[in-house]
Amino acid sequence: MSLASALKTGDLTQLPSRRDEDWRWTDLRGLIRAVPPASPALDGDVAPGPFDGLAADEILFVNGRQRHAATSGTGDVVTLRFVSASEGTAHAAAYAIVVEPDTTLVLLESHEGRAGGYFSDVTLDIAVGEGARVERIVLIDDHAEAIDVVTAEVDLAPGAVFNQTVLTAGARRQRIETRINHPGAHANVRLDGVYVLADQRHADQTTIVTHGGVDGITSQLTKGVVDGQARGVFQGRIVVQPGADQTDARMGHHALILSDRAEVDAKPELLIFADDVSCAHGNTIGALDDEQVFYARQRGIPELEAKAMLTQAFLGEVVERIEHEGARDIAVAWVAAKLGRAA
Amino acid sequence: MLKIENLHARVEDKPILKGVTLDVPAGEVHAIMGPNGAGKSTLSYVLSGRGGYEVTQGTATLNGEDLLSLEPNERAAKGVFLSFQYPLEIPGVPALTFIRTALNAQRRARGEDEIAAPAFLKLAKEKAAALKIDFDMLKRGLNVGFSGGEKKRMEILQMAMLSPKFLILDETDSGLDIDALKIVSEGVNALRAPDRGMLVITHYQRLLDYIKPDRVHVLAAGRIVASGGPELALQLEAEGYDKYVGAAA
Repeated sequence: MSLASALKTGDLTQLPSRRDEDWRWTDLRGLIRAVPPASPALDGDVAPGPFDGLAADEILFVNGRQRHAATSGTGDVVTLRFVSASEGTAHAAAYAIVVEPDTTLVLLESHEGRAGGYFSDVTLDIAVGEGARVERIVLIDDHAEAIDVVTAEVDLAPGAVFNQTVLTAGARRQRIETRINHPGAHANVRLDGVYVLADQRHADQTTIVTHGGVDGITSQLTKGVVDGQARGVFQGRIVVQPGADQTDARMGHHALILSDRAEVDAKPELLIFADDVSCAHGNTIGALDDEQVFYARQRGIPELEAKAMLTQAFLGEVVERIEHEGARDIAVAWVAAKLGRAA
Repeated sequence: MLKIENLHARVEDKPILKGVTLDVPAGEVHAIMGPNGAGKSTLSYVLSGRGGYEVTQGTATLNGEDLLSLEPNERAAKGVFLSFQYPLEIPGVPALTFIRTALNAQRRARGEDEIAAPAFLKLAKEKAAALKIDFDMLKRGLNVGFSGGEKKRMEILQMAMLSPKFLILDETDSGLDIDALKIVSEGVNALRAPDRGMLVITHYQRLLDYIKPDRVHVLAAGRIVASGGPELALQLEAEGYDKYVGAAA
């Protein structure tokens, strides 16, 4: 059951629906009336992506087809681009990344909507070897009418470090799902997300981290802001399996609702089957603080600018956790631009 | 400078100000004293334009320009500065960024050029040093984790940087120890100028030992019930507010 299998078979009953507990806020079955035609192969030039210039190697998919493989495959900063370039068509792509033990990879992943109303499904398999270190930054700029599902399955070996930040402005319906198989064993995960949603956009960030062994760390922080009639969804599940003692897992999700008609649905879940673990979660959803807004206005800052400044500061806490400096600068500028401010 | 005439204001259905009339000429410092619940903070919020207060009657003008019809940020650009009794914490916005954003917004509103970064930093360093504020504090989230005294100094720093025409100090002495009170008062006194007026709102006379007012007014039950020279503050300190509370009721 997935968007990819429905696209492949044309069978709409393959689509996840609101009856599936994990998809209740991201109903595809109820939305999609027909499977669109397959996206065509495109040969033309593709404009540079958001991380242009930061990496020596680029892996490029256009309309679900891999166009350009990494030149060496050994660079420690790689851009991975998924470009949707045809209106009203559908494509799916899958890609696997193996990170060798004791190496470092910065994966700068972008999902770029260059046309209207496409369907895109991307599946990634990422295997991180023992003692290896990966930072995955995912920047998603979909078209407002797009339907986009991005799923990553991440396998960590002992001592691996996996740090992820997803930044998205949503789509007509969008799901970004990350599943992490966490071995414990001093492996360390940071799993962050930012969503900035306006108009009628929707974004669903779903994460499932399964701690399977002792001494694992997970730190998770997602923050979002919704305006207009937008809908943000956060589902975070951390499973601590029997025997995964000394797990240290922390999850935070905090959202700002800027309009009466916007909505945030959040489901943080800690499923703990081990003793002697340290797990916590925090979840807040609210409006901007009127007192802070008045304070800024009293100093001369107009209302809209004051609200954008406070919203940017709210999201900044997540963005600042990005380690790669160039990517962090781009993320800061991206958030500012989405809020209509200079960085 | 600031002229308030027969100002009435209410919060929801409760009248708080019941006909305040006050004239603070340029170059003067006026103190407003009064018991708790007299409407002191309401007056400062109504003048600065905070939401939730409804003006039902009366006027307030600065140099002849109506204040009450303006947005809070427009009043700020005209030169009204309210020093908060409890300054807000703004996580994620460094003090320097906040002040520069405010200064440039005011300048834009007045049709002036924005201040260049080097000139701004030079000014900030100079003013911070005068208030004994460690410059590194200005790189942290505004007021986040600051002590009461540090927050008040940060208010005075903002005043000094924004150079407003008219200052309203709402209970600036609350939460200050004697050393902080001295530093804050010196900062305020340094801003006294022939073309600038100040309204100092306080419950206690102590602040007025450091910021010497030209006039003292007693606000009780939403009205100015007595006015006089600095000696009035001393008399209030000795006798309390009882007779005014009785008179106003």
